[in-house]
Amino acid sequence: MRLWKTTLSLASGAMMAIAILSNGPAAAQSGEVDWEKQPYIIKDGKVDYGTYNGFRRYHSFCHVCHGPDAMGSSYAPALKDSLNAMTYDEFLEVVVNGRENLSAGKESVMPAFAEAEDVMLYIDHIYAYLKARANDEVGRGRPKRLPADDDPVFQEWKASQ
Amino acid sequence: MQRFKLLAALSAVALTASSAALANEGLLKMQENASDWVMPLGDYSSTRYSELDQINKGNVGDLQVAWTFSTGVLRGHEGGPLVVGDVMYVHTPFPNKVFALDLNDKGRIIWKYEPRQDPNVIPVMCCDTVNRGVAYGNGTIFLHQADTTLVALDAATGAVKWSVKNGDPGKGETGTSAPLVAGDKVLIGISGGEFGIQGHVTAYNMSDGSVAWRGYSVGPDENILVDPQKTTHLGKPVGKDSGMNTWEGDQWKLGGGATWGWMSYDPELNLVYYGSGNPGTWNPVQRPGDNRWSMTIFARDLDTGMAKWVYQMTPHDEWDYDGVNEMILADLNIGGTERKTLVHFDRNGFGYTLDRVTGELLVAEKYDPAVNWATHVDMATGRPQVVSEYSTHQNGADVNSEGICPAALGSKDQQPAAFSPKSGLFYVPTNHVCMDYEPFQVSYTAGQPYVGATLSMYPAPGGDHLGNFIAWDATKGEIVWSNPEPFSVWSGALATAGDVVFYGTLEGYLKAVDPANGKELFSFKTPSGIIGNVNTFSHGGKQYVAVLSGIGGWAGIGLAAGLTEDTAGLGAVGAYKSLSSYTNLGGQLTVFALPN
Repeated sequence: MRLWKTTLSLASGAMMAIAILSNGPAAAQSGEVDWEKQPYIIKDGKVDYGTYNGFRRYHSFCHVCHGPDAMGSSYAPALKDSLNAMTYDEFLEVVVNGRENLSAGKESVMPAFAEAEDVMLYIDHIYAYLKARANDEVGRGRPKRLPADDDPVFQEWKASQ
Repeated sequence: MQRFKLLAALSAVALTASSAALANEGLLKMQENASDWVMPLGDYSSTRYSELDQINKGNVGDLQVAWTFSTGVLRGHEGGPLVVGDVMYVHTPFPNKVFALDLNDKGRIIWKYEPRQDPNVIPVMCCDTVNRGVAYGNGTIFLHQADTTLVALDAATGAVKWSVKNGDPGKGETGTSAPLVAGDKVLIGISGGEFGIQGHVTAYNMSDGSVAWRGYSVGPDENILVDPQKTTHLGKPVGKDSGMNTWEGDQWKLGGGATWGWMSYDPELNLVYYGSGNPGTWNPVQRPGDNRWSMTIFARDLDTGMAKWVYQMTPHDEWDYDGVNEMILADLNIGGTERKTLVHFDRNGFGYTLDRVTGELLVAEKYDPAVNWATHVDMATGRPQVVSEYSTHQNGADVNSEGICPAALGSKDQQPAAFSPKSGLFYVPTNHVCMDYEPFQVSYTAGQPYVGATLSMYPAPGGDHLGNFIAWDATKGEIVWSNPEPFSVWSGALATAGDVVFYGTLEGYLKAVDPANGKELFSFKTPSGIIGNVNTFSHGGKQYVAVLSGIGGWAGIGLAAGLTEDTAGLGAVGAYKSLSSYTNLGGQLTVFALPN
């Protein structure tokens, strides 16, 4: 429920779809897990669809600055580490609005992705992947996926399409 | 009266013609003076070869650092300095500073230029804020800024003579490439292939920055400056609307074909040569057709921009194999006949030799044995024979195609090779990296990334290294020797008459090797990884070698953390190494010389 609120207030209507795609409710079903701290399901080393899709989306939009597997680069910080020190709200705020750090000689600018559908529609998936990396629960490279019928996140995703 | 008018008209014509010719002749002569390094790739033929031989195979091992210079910028430093007479011109990545350094006083700063640019250009620059260098002509330094401004600076004072805006960063158009000065024009390309732009090369009149012509990579004939009957592709007329009817619907409007690489010029033929980049969206399923003229070598008339011939190396790209790498103009003996050739090491892993007069394809062979996406290039059609297993289109959207070699960064990226007329060989810095590639449906928003594929990269099968520095015989299409390097070689090479070949490494080493066999003759570790291009010049009777260090660019982004093991299990375990444990950020120029 909390996720609904956050998403709506930050995205101001334009990205309402995010809320529908959220894998929050699915995670909630599996017990007392706080979605923000553990926004993924991992069984036998296999990840839910959201985390898997997050890997894919990360390696399309984010890795060109933040490096492969959220490991960071000469250009931008390692999100594998950043996500340890950021709340979901803070993460979303930076993705939506961007961020500037204009120290001389090393100017860094994170773009505002508010209007990038291909990022914003899957932002919770990207968050899930990065959080799994930050928590050291997903290693480098492409994670293996849970079978579709054993993956509540995928079931919910499919139903929403 | 009549006579007067005619005379006036005639003399005006004569004047215009002679000033153009003068500018042309000035640079034509200067590029032959081995003491200077007057254009980024050494000369109009882009050979990166120098006649200087004071530093030679026998004494290169004694090289020492003569002086150094910090640029004060920490981003990736591609390109290299120019030397004109007593002055060296050094450029930096964003904010695109230019320094004029006094060679009579160990690099004292004569003037410095620093443009004010909107930092919002930074995030629309794919893969770091690199810049590949300035150009010189007619007492002027030309800088192509990140925000696409082309500015003409007085070479003596750094004062701005004029400036023009070449594109719109709000749509993802940016500037990274070095200008080419030829005749009375200065030519620049445009970056932004990951933002759905339409690539173009624009010729500006050197005197005032007005547009002489602009040739697009995609679109209507009048935009791409082709003559449907006279412009040829492998000897045949390209036909009407080739830049549109090889696309489905309006997809050409997001067609890409960015022109962020190098340009060469043949003054006798009056032709300018360059290549275009990937077609818009990396998802091939979304853009059926050959997608002309992305991934294409262009030969354009300098005066009019009209294309004489084109050759599309990778029709309907499915792997991001941009065709922008340097075009080296060399006269080679092919099968007993002297040919005016163009040699090009494409990202797609094939080394091409073409007749640069006609665009005839003479040789197309793999310059890294790991290349697997195509079996060979059909010499009649010029088409690569794509292997279905590695066809990301045939495998389809949302399918991960595994084990494709080379990776999207290509068997070689923009880092320019060198050609030694003395040995007849090409010296090529290469990548030895493969990838998984999964295309997916993507939507276009102006100024937002328009990519549409997920990539992961890893070392080529069985190997424990990510790069090679090779010697190549372009008459036969054969590797003569190959030196493995732990990381991709991302530095422009230099060959000299002293029988030495230089290149830099991502760990930061400047290396000198024997052109005959690749044996290492000298190595020195500079403060940061080298993605810049080595040059040489002579001043006060002494030969110097100079290179920019400063890790970054795609190399710094893709390799900083090291690569993963591949999903297909082909790479050697432990092959991945983290570049960040070898080197750190820092822009520095290092100038080498022999001891007195």
